[in-house]
Amino acid sequence: MRKSSSYFLHGLAVAVCVTALGAGWQWMDDVESSSPTSDTTFLTSAESAVGGLNVPSQAAPPAMRFEVLVRRPEGPPKIELITNDPLGRTTSVACSTCHSIRQPNRDNRSPEMLDEFHQGMQFDHGRLACYACHNPEDSDSLHGADGTVIAFSDVMILCSQCHSSQAIAFEHGAHGGMNGFWDLTRGPQTKNNCIDCHDPHAPRYPKMIVGFKPRDRFLERDKPHATHN
Amino acid sequence: MQPTTDSPANRSLPVIENVTRRAVVKGAFATLGAAAFVAAASPIRNAAKSTTADEFLQQHYQELSVADKRAVIARLEAETKQKYGADVEIGDDRPIPGTKFVYAINLSVCNGNGKCVEACHKENNHDRSTHQSYIRVIEMPKGTLDMEQGSTTYTGTVPKDDKFYLPVQCQQCDEPPCVDVCPVQATWKEADGIVVVDYNWCIGCRYCEAACPYHARRFNWKQPEIPAEEINPNQSYLSNRIRPAGVVEKCTYCLHRTRRGQLPACLEACPTGARVFGNILDESSNIRWILENKRVYILKEELGTKPAFFYYFD
Repeated sequence: MRKSSSYFLHGLAVAVCVTALGAGWQWMDDVESSSPTSDTTFLTSAESAVGGLNVPSQAAPPAMRFEVLVRRPEGPPKIELITNDPLGRTTSVACSTCHSIRQPNRDNRSPEMLDEFHQGMQFDHGRLACYACHNPEDSDSLHGADGTVIAFSDVMILCSQCHSSQAIAFEHGAHGGMNGFWDLTRGPQTKNNCIDCHDPHAPRYPKMIVGFKPRDRFLERDKPHATHN
Repeated sequence: MQPTTDSPANRSLPVIENVTRRAVVKGAFATLGAAAFVAAASPIRNAAKSTTADEFLQQHYQELSVADKRAVIARLEAETKQKYGADVEIGDDRPIPGTKFVYAINLSVCNGNGKCVEACHKENNHDRSTHQSYIRVIEMPKGTLDMEQGSTTYTGTVPKDDKFYLPVQCQQCDEPPCVDVCPVQATWKEADGIVVVDYNWCIGCRYCEAACPYHARRFNWKQPEIPAEEINPNQSYLSNRIRPAGVVEKCTYCLHRTRRGQLPACLEACPTGARVFGNILDESSNIRWILENKRVYILKEELGTKPAFFYYFD
């Protein structure tokens, strides 16, 4: 009974993802085409090489636009090993080092369900199972709701399947933050990707401690007055 | 012939002869008057100590010729070197034609961490001891946008569950009440929408500070103290050059950055990505998309100030 209800919920989640695809897909196409081809916000690599940082802004013709660089993860994550190799070096292994010889359990959806490894991991991302995002066939990659293999560096395509409204807002600079130039005729812009700010396993943005506060002298009534110079 | 027959007055100490009561009163009042004049004039003498003749005779920014501006900026750079020991470059950044700057903040995302406040403090060369900044983040009870109901003194872990966070800085109003009240026209609105202050023309009456419904203007109670290595050398005359004591200052959307195409410092510092900045005249800009697609609010709309600063929710 419990198993069947979880299947139902999983099915429901997939259905939601698939309906979100309609909106998300358009954006994914943009992302896929962004690196090599030109459109309003992205440049070909040849153009961006010409419009390097050192070109004075006044000299640039109005049509010249700098690149919007969306940061990407370098590739599949590596697991640091506790023990060193025989030469005393720290070592890290790929996911597939272990997962290629283990049968994937597609029902796993929390660290509590595991009998070894990944047990201390924080997981708070809805009712997703591990293999909703991770590829059971190749643990060094991810997969979309329709089974398409997605590289770790293209993780935003994966996130956008369900979070299409955020993806659309991101495309228009209304989500995710940026650095550099607002005026792309004068300089480039760098944008975060989803997992720069959101841990994919527990994506809620973390709480923060307030650091710097202005000293408002009208609000410091309890304190003794400073001497006047 | 007989020296001893001199009158008694001649033999006494050389005091003023025939001292009348009238003369004493006159003399006393003259002394008092002179002392009072010296006391009354002391602010001018003190000002003269810290003000060069060039500075005193400087014209309003909008009346300076290109050569005048060059001389003024060279003088200000030399003064910064002398007083603070820092080599700075003061630009004279003018509005980019076809640009109207607009800011927007996503209140669904802002968590009140205050990084923007700190970034403004550093970018704009504010006095270190007072933690001066052009931005206040107000912790607001949910269910209202009346900024007077909020508090700026919150601390600890944010965001709190029953609160939302409202960063407030100069709204660069299209109908700026602060500009209307200035008795010497030391503050005005420029073509790209930024309300600026000529810090060398401001007389420090603080009318503008009282007129601003967003509490966005600041007064320099003292000469800013900043260690030389912390001074931001990228400065502009109307923006973040070090201001003298006794003048009013305000957020300029970092015009020393934004008029050179860069994003404002508070936006770049925001770890949540809540801040969006751009040119509202550019139809493809981020800011236009937000205004056309999001639920957008402005603060104190009923006052008719027409802010160039928008708040939106997801």
